[in-house]
Amino acid sequence: MKLLEMVGITKHFVGVLANDNINFDLNQCEIHTLLGENGAGKSTLMKILYGLYNPDEGEIRLRGETIEIKSPSDAIRHGIGMVHQHFMLVPTLTVAENVSLGLRSSRHPLTDLPAVSKRITELSELYSLKVDPDTYIWQLAMGERQRVEILKALYRNASVLVLDEPTAALTPQEVAELIHVLKKMAADGRGIIFISHKLKEVMAVSDRITVLRDGQVTGEITPAQTNESQLAQMMVGRPVQLVPDRPKIKLGEPRLVIQDLYVDGDRGDRAVVGVSLEVREGEILGLAGVSGNGQRELAQAVAGMRNVVSGTVKVGGKDTTNKHPKVVRQARLSYVPEERLYEGTIPSFAVSDNLILLDRRDKRFCQYNFMHFTNIKEHCLNLVRRFLIKTPTLETTTSDLSGGNIQKLIMARELSGRPKVLLASQPTIGIDVGATEYIYSQLLEQKADGCAILLISEDLDELMVLADRIAVIYEGQIMDILDHQEADLEQLGLLMAGVKENVPWLHRQMAQPLSMA
Amino acid sequence: MPVELAFDFVSNSAAADVLAARRGWSGFFTFTTLVVILSSTIRLAVPYIFAAIGESIAQRSGVLNLGVDGVMLLGAFAAYYVTLETGGPWQGLGAGLTVGMAMGVLYAFITVTLHATQDISGIGIYLFGLGFSDLLFRQLVGTPIPIERFEGVFEFIVPDERLDVPYPNLYNHSIIIYLAFLLVPLAWLTVSKTTFGLNIRAAGENPEAADSLGVSVVRTRYTTIIIGNALAGVGGAALVLDKGIYFQNITNGIGFIAVALVYFGAWRPLGVLAGSLLFSLVTSAVLEWRTLGILTGAAAQLTEMVPAVITVVALVIVTRRIGQPSALTQTFSREINY
Ligand SMILES: Nc1ncnc2c1ncn2[C@@H]1O[C@H](COP(=O)(O)OP(=O)(O)O)[C@@H](O)[C@H]1O
Ligand SMILES: [Mg+2]
Repeated sequence: MKLLEMVGITKHFVGVLANDNINFDLNQCEIHTLLGENGAGKSTLMKILYGLYNPDEGEIRLRGETIEIKSPSDAIRHGIGMVHQHFMLVPTLTVAENVSLGLRSSRHPLTDLPAVSKRITELSELYSLKVDPDTYIWQLAMGERQRVEILKALYRNASVLVLDEPTAALTPQEVAELIHVLKKMAADGRGIIFISHKLKEVMAVSDRITVLRDGQVTGEITPAQTNESQLAQMMVGRPVQLVPDRPKIKLGEPRLVIQDLYVDGDRGDRAVVGVSLEVREGEILGLAGVSGNGQRELAQAVAGMRNVVSGTVKVGGKDTTNKHPKVVRQARLSYVPEERLYEGTIPSFAVSDNLILLDRRDKRFCQYNFMHFTNIKEHCLNLVRRFLIKTPTLETTTSDLSGGNIQKLIMARELSGRPKVLLASQPTIGIDVGATEYIYSQLLEQKADGCAILLISEDLDELMVLADRIAVIYEGQIMDILDHQEADLEQLGLLMAGVKENVPWLHRQMAQPLSMA
Repeated sequence: MPVELAFDFVSNSAAADVLAARRGWSGFFTFTTLVVILSSTIRLAVPYIFAAIGESIAQRSGVLNLGVDGVMLLGAFAAYYVTLETGGPWQGLGAGLTVGMAMGVLYAFITVTLHATQDISGIGIYLFGLGFSDLLFRQLVGTPIPIERFEGVFEFIVPDERLDVPYPNLYNHSIIIYLAFLLVPLAWLTVSKTTFGLNIRAAGENPEAADSLGVSVVRTRYTTIIIGNALAGVGGAALVLDKGIYFQNITNGIGFIAVALVYFGAWRPLGVLAGSLLFSLVTSAVLEWRTLGILTGAAAQLTEMVPAVITVVALVIVTRRIGQPSALTQTFSREINY
């Protein structure tokens, strides 16, 4: 008998058919992956299972019996647990407080945190999910927060566990550990629904894979029967080139030179500690690191949006240290920020207004301080066509576009001026395979054009595919810079975790779960 | 400003004699003055404590209520009217509490069920309270008639030989003052040590997280709003039952200062208490300067501004915002938030 069945699930939102007659089932001891691009309807289906949305049609059966799930409390009562795409934790509460939230205390009406902590410790030892019950959530790294989320479900005795894009914020080692834990939980008789659009880990973790596209199931398959490129095709609906061809370019003069840079973070701490980097004409320098290790501050300092404490930044030979962003822009540096909606665009502006933001003073678009709408429209239509931005009209509000299309909009604006230096921060984070493929091709085209690119990314596969050299940043310092030919994932992962010397036993231990994956 | 509070004992001639003996700066630095100031500090603080503790509980769950002053006015009038009719201050206090709870249900319905913007709704509640309390007063009472007040229960210990202040209400406090001070640890215990308090904090910091674990954000916020408004009503009642009289806009902005005190106290009951006491201390010291003739004429008039100025200055100094609930003023709805 199936542990869980979702039959004929349909869900409309205004203007979108998010789930279209979806059938999905899960066995005990099984890890069943839901694979699909952004907007395919994966989260919607799982939110229906967890009682956050009510389906328009369809029914849910647990161990053969039809059940009604009207709210998360119903789901919890039926033994369904969910780790959400955006962590559902209260940062100002401790681990134990977060875990016990919503449960009846043994000392009602008072809380009984010591008892909760004890049980958490037991569970975390059983599944090697190391976490201190008495620390506050805000003190924890992303990987640790993830463990708390899983512990929350285990504490409630979940027999069905849903994980919605759980690997988005994890280092390769943490991903390997997670896969290990999931396999153990499945072996203990649970059913696990794993959501991702990263093909590699999907192949590693799944017993079965169901692919969703535009709200419909496009296939169900086991990893043994398939491979990554076939999965990508099922996801996107057309053949996808996962690994782009790298153009052979002769590297030229240094275009971006960062020397001994020190930058402070928002809390007055030293976020960037003596970083020196050099990016040459036609080169892509990758900067790897777990987010929060100074990448954001470094990028902002280079773009002129954050003050430098000491050190210098040179763009195209011009000293732009602590210069106004306008000056940096005039030195032909383009910046694709990590925070695409608020730093990269003005979300409430129309698509055309955002496309014109950089060139608004250009003679073509601005005459006697008045905007020249005919020219602006023509220019924007051109960009929309060239960069394949999917938008209903040029007047559409930017925040209504999907993440991938907002990113394409930013790329269009930043690349249309043919920059000498491109500073791109996490250009594909949270973006689906189709758009990622396109963004890769744009980056490589810029490289072929002689642009010097500093590519900041957490995604090591991406860096391995695109970068000529990979620098690793940890706690604001450059740990090492490796040539892409000599770099391997394990070594990069260790450097990202701050391990510099090649400690053989540690290396082996951390590499093990990865090789299993 | 709640000037009358400290002046209501200066009305008979015996008082004038004692006062004459302490005029000027020399009179200010005396034991008697200290007793006067401290006693009036404690009495002045009571409405602030009730209102601000109540507001802090609501804010911890993510709900801002700028209408506190309006609810206090309604509570004050209800307490006055019921005491006038029944002759019992306890009945009056109960009336203030009930009216506050009713206003809480109304405000919760507007902000939690109908998802209305909290700041604008709060101002609406204030204006309603201000206007409606006055209307009721004029229709039902007309001219102010003094009412029964709470008797003093415990004596403030003052050595007999130093006791040159012949006014027992300075050192003999009514039961309601003790209730106010008892409320502080009670609020702390509720917010910090109970499962309900955990729900309150989660609803105020990350309502989606609370909801995803089956905590009803709606029920939690309804409860805290009703508690907060009930305490505002009690605060208004306490004011009237201390003065023994009612007049138009008797709170004169106490409710707004109470909201400021929540920020000043960084959302912690003890901080709110400290703020209330500090604020009342300065107010009563300034009043004492006027009583003793240290400040006269225009300077004396200007002192009416002192409490407001202190509030602003204190808030500017204490703008750390540490402890501010992240979801303060955010409405919650499943279809929108997820
Ligand atoms: N609360 C909502 N209101 C309106 N549209 C929504 C809502 N949630 C999701 N959608 C839409 O439904 C579609 C599926 O979204 P989602 O399930 O989040 O996709 P996935 O998790 O696969 O990336 C998208 O087009 C999205 O814009
Ligand atoms: Mg999703």
